[in-house]
Parts: sequence; structure tokens; C-alpha cells
Amino acid sequence: MSATWNPVKGGGAYTEVPDEEKRRLFEEVVADPRYGDFLYGCYECGICVAVCPSARFYDFSPRVIAQALSREDIDRFYEILMDDIWNCAQCFSCVRCPRGNNPGGLVTLIREVAVRHGLERAQQALQGYSRVIYKIMLKGNQVSPDMLQPDFFPDWGPWVREFSQHMHTWRKAIPVDTMRNLTDAAWRTDDRTLRELYVIWFETGNMEVIREVDEGLYELLVELMEEELEAAS
Amino acid sequence: MSERLSPLSEIREKKGLPVRPDPEAAPRSDLREELFELEARGELLVQRVPEPYVEVTTKFGRVKKVPIDHLWHHKSCGQCGHIPGYTTSILWLNRQFGLDYHDPTDQTSCTGWNYYASATSNAAAQILVMCRNFAAAYETGYYPLIHCGTSYGHYKELREQLVHHADLRDQVRRVLDKLGKPLVVPEEIVHYSEWVHVMRHRIAERQVVDMSSVTACVHPACHYYKIVAEDAIYDPDIYGGQRTATVTALLKALGITVADYSTWFDCCGFGFRHILVQRDFTRSFAVLRKIEVMRDEVDPDMTVTHDTGCVTTLDKSQFAAKAHKRRVGVPVLADSQVAALAMGAHPFRVLQLHWHSTDWRPLLEKLGLDWQRHWQEFEEDLAAIERGEKPGLTWDDAERPALTRERDHRAH
Repeated sequence: MSATWNPVKGGGAYTEVPDEEKRRLFEEVVADPRYGDFLYGCYECGICVAVCPSARFYDFSPRVIAQALSREDIDRFYEILMDDIWNCAQCFSCVRCPRGNNPGGLVTLIREVAVRHGLERAQQALQGYSRVIYKIMLKGNQVSPDMLQPDFFPDWGPWVREFSQHMHTWRKAIPVDTMRNLTDAAWRTDDRTLRELYVIWFETGNMEVIREVDEGLYELLVELMEEELEAAS
Repeated sequence: MSERLSPLSEIREKKGLPVRPDPEAAPRSDLREELFELEARGELLVQRVPEPYVEVTTKFGRVKKVPIDHLWHHKSCGQCGHIPGYTTSILWLNRQFGLDYHDPTDQTSCTGWNYYASATSNAAAQILVMCRNFAAAYETGYYPLIHCGTSYGHYKELREQLVHHADLRDQVRRVLDKLGKPLVVPEEIVHYSEWVHVMRHRIAERQVVDMSSVTACVHPACHYYKIVAEDAIYDPDIYGGQRTATVTALLKALGITVADYSTWFDCCGFGFRHILVQRDFTRSFAVLRKIEVMRDEVDPDMTVTHDTGCVTTLDKSQFAAKAHKRRVGVPVLADSQVAALAMGAHPFRVLQLHWHSTDWRPLLEKLGLDWQRHWQEFEEDLAAIERGEKPGLTWDDAERPALTRERDHRAH
């Protein structure tokens, strides 16, 4: 199929990538059991674009994503995979779609394929993100107070520096038992709970996904988790 | 003069159907029916909403049960980590009403923030994280109340996937068996702001701070009412039932003027990965499409929302915009903080306003509250902690309402 149905992009990019490779990745997205729940067709009404925050700031269109997948346009799909998916804000404003599509969900499926194959663009998009993955996989919390460092959040103003200076005292001045005096996690979590979380990561192949994104991080996490699981057993 | 029929009404008339559809007769999907079928087949357990509960109407008319008591507080990592007054206020409200609750340590984050940011997971892992938390709640006998809007939306989506995909259910059950946990799903997935919503009149009965001088804008959280949209609370008396009623109904019950603005449907700009590693987008969207629009159209005293990412984004994005002379300076609070403040909670021991970046002082001053005195009290707490005289604050220090009409409310 011609890639020129969308005049803004397409036609010429990634011609060096074999069609077989593009189709293989496309079919992996389509094979996801959630795919049928997320795409029903497209009226080209543009409601999803009108409400999309990313469409206001980037060359990004949830409509084009729904169209490219519906048309099985593997050239355009590959461009989306490489250039577009990391711009989505995952707010799901686009599920206002009158056709019942979930373009944000489609982006998630495409991102999963990009990550699972360790594509360079996915690794670039997640640069600087390893610390967060480390925290979520190991501590079961996405963020913690000690992540609020002035050099990482300079745009949040002098408040971050003030917080950083007083973090330990401020954390003690919280009356909730599970949060008080804790700076490396959002709340106090039982060791057994974390071991159960590690079992989930291993049993579902989630650790293999991490290996594709950051092999060094994967090795560190596996070592720490296995050590904890072995000690408990 | 006879009423002109719409094209749809004409079709209905030709088919011999009532010209005006009866909303009560409209089909309503209810995932609970499928959950109960799976339970009857022995595939999973359904945790029933405990009494007492309040029945509310959702977007398409389904009646949802919101429990009041015996709640298992499924905390939010973003709230507990970076906006601790958010969580503290929710628990403070529970304590004020003498409710029995459980604040678990057998809980992980839903990990949804990471999933929406990086996709470094998969459906089975995400469902298992949810089900492990649900099983942990079930084992205690308490009912889960979800603090985070993203956890709430994510769990509702995962619950649908669990119900509709037998292969995923089998995979999830196998891993739960290894963990020695049952596959259990709550009858209703309930967000804390829904609890605040059904408690709003009881909160208003105990209001000690007059808030009638304040104008607020509401930012409805995307993951509350856009993901699995049909499960959010709607009320014909709030925006004619065209927007979710949570947050707005509370503010109205407290006597606050809720002012409308044109970009109410826009997201805050959080973006999940953007807030951490691509904040130029987040800052721009939060300021240009939300805060500045509110300032220009309404000039509110505060913005109130009901999710972790929204409070973080709208609050923290305003500082850098000042350098570009953008029209910012709107304090951002969660509905739980507003409710607690109305009932007299300490602005720092409970609301923890010192964790907020955008200046909240003008708001407290407009409310006639002597924030300097309360900050001084809190600084004395901090000094005592630093001197080692006390290990930290406890509920004994924070439980009693600190604000009263007599002590704080200045004439204004």
C-alpha cells in the first residue's frame, strides 16, 4: 500500500529497513490480545486529534495511528514506531472516539513492541529513566522523596533546594505511620510484599523486557532480587 | 403548533418505537454481571462492597456503591512521595469521622505510572500487581479505596482485560497460586474522591472555615473519568450531568464558587514520562492550556483536582513560567486537602502545604487564616525533631482540628 495517504509524513523514511522487518513488528502489535479491544476502524472525524495534548505540541496524530493500523500501512506504522509513540502523553483523552477506538492504548501496545525488541529509539526515549525503573521494580514505588534533587528539577524553583535541605526533618513531620521518616520510598512496604512483586516480574517475563532496555540495570536488579528471594527461602 | 421531530425521532416513530427514548429503559453495561458469572463458575472471588455504602449514579446511569467504612487505603506513590499532605488529609478525614481503616504495608504501587511512561512491562504483570494488592486487601477484610487516579483508571482497564481474556486469567491464576493468593476482584473499584464526594455533606456539616469568599477552578483528572469512562460519578445537578460531579460537588457543598473555564477537558500535561524526562512539554501544556487560561478567564483563588499527577504538574510547572512573564500564580490543592482545611485541619501538620511550590499564602490569607502562626507552630515541631526531643509527628500532634472560627477567622 502507498504511504502517501498522509501528506504530512511518510514516503521516504526508513526505506532501508526491509518490509519483512516492518511487517514482523506490525504483526506483533496486531497479535496482542488487547488489539481488538483498542481498534474498531476510523471515521477520520479528528475528535481524537482535537483533544490530544501531544498533537498541540508535536507532529503527532492519534488519528494517523488509527488509520495506519487500520490500513495495515506498514511503512507508516514503522515511522510511528520510531518517531511518534514516545510523544503520547497517555492521558486517554482520545478515547472520546465515537468509533470506540483507544489510540492511547494502541500507542502502549506499539511501545511494548519497541521496548521488547530493544529498539534504539526506545532506548533513547528512556534515557535518564533507568533510575525510575530501578525504583519501581525493586521498591514497588514509582517515586520517592530522595528523587527530588535540585539538579534534576531545577525548573521547579528554589522550593526543591529548600526541600532537599530539610527532607529528613520534613519526612519525620508527617503523622502517617507508613510514611513517617521514610526518604527512599513513598511508604513502608513489607519485605514479603516486595518478594511477591519480584516473583511477578520473573514469572511474567517482565525482567526480560528490562534486559532489552538496559542490560546493566537488568543484571543489577536480578542480582538484588534473587539474593532477596534466596535469603527468604 | 406541533413539535417538529428530529430525524432520529422520525425513524423511531416509523418503527413504532416511542418518539422519546426512555433513559430508564436504555441498556446499561455492567461489568459486575460478568464478574459474578466468573465467580459462579469458580474462576475468581468477588469482594462485596461492605455496608454502609452510598449509591451514586455513573455516566450512563448505572448505580455504583461507594463504601464509607472499613477501608483499605491503597496509597499513591506520587502522593506519598511528593505531596504527602494529600494522603495525610484523606486519612485525617477518616479519623475525624471515627471510621475504621487500614493503612497497609502489604501494598505496592500499581506501577501504572511507569507502564504509561515506559511500557517496560506487559498485561499479565500489570494485572498481577493489581490482583496481588487486591488479595492483600481481601485477606485483611477491609475494602480497597484507591487513592491515585491513575491506579483507579489502570485497575478498571486491567479488570476489563482480566474479565474478557481467559488466557490472561489462566496466566494470572497460575502466578497467584505460586504466591498462595486467591484471585479476587472488588465488586466496585472506588476512587478516594468518590468517597470524599459521598461524604461532602457530612464534611460541610463540620465546616469551621468559611470558604464563601473563594473562587476555584476544577481540573477533572483524565485517568479518573476518561479511562473506562462509564464508571465515573455524574450528577444531573452538577454541570447538567455533562461532566463528572466529583470535586465540583464537594466545593459547592463547602460554599466555594466554582468557575468554569474553556479548557476544562484538557489534560494537565503530566505525560508520565514527560514529567520526569521531557518536562518542556509538561510545563508548556500546564501553563499555556490550563493555568494561564484559568487566570485569563476566571482569575481563581485556587485550582482543585483529584489526582497525583495533576497536583504535581499544575503546582510545580508554574515557577519556570514566571521567568517568561506568563500569567501564573494559582495555588493547587487536592480535594481532600480542601475538605480537611474546611474542617479545621492544620495547614502544615495535616495539609503539609510546605511541599507545594506555588504560593498558597494568598489563598490562606483570603480565607482569613493566620498561616504565620501555624507555620510557627510547625517550625517548633521541626525544631523539636531536630533537637531529638521527639522522633516525629504523630496523630496525637495532628488529629485535633487546629482552625476554629474564633481563633483564625479574621474579618475580611
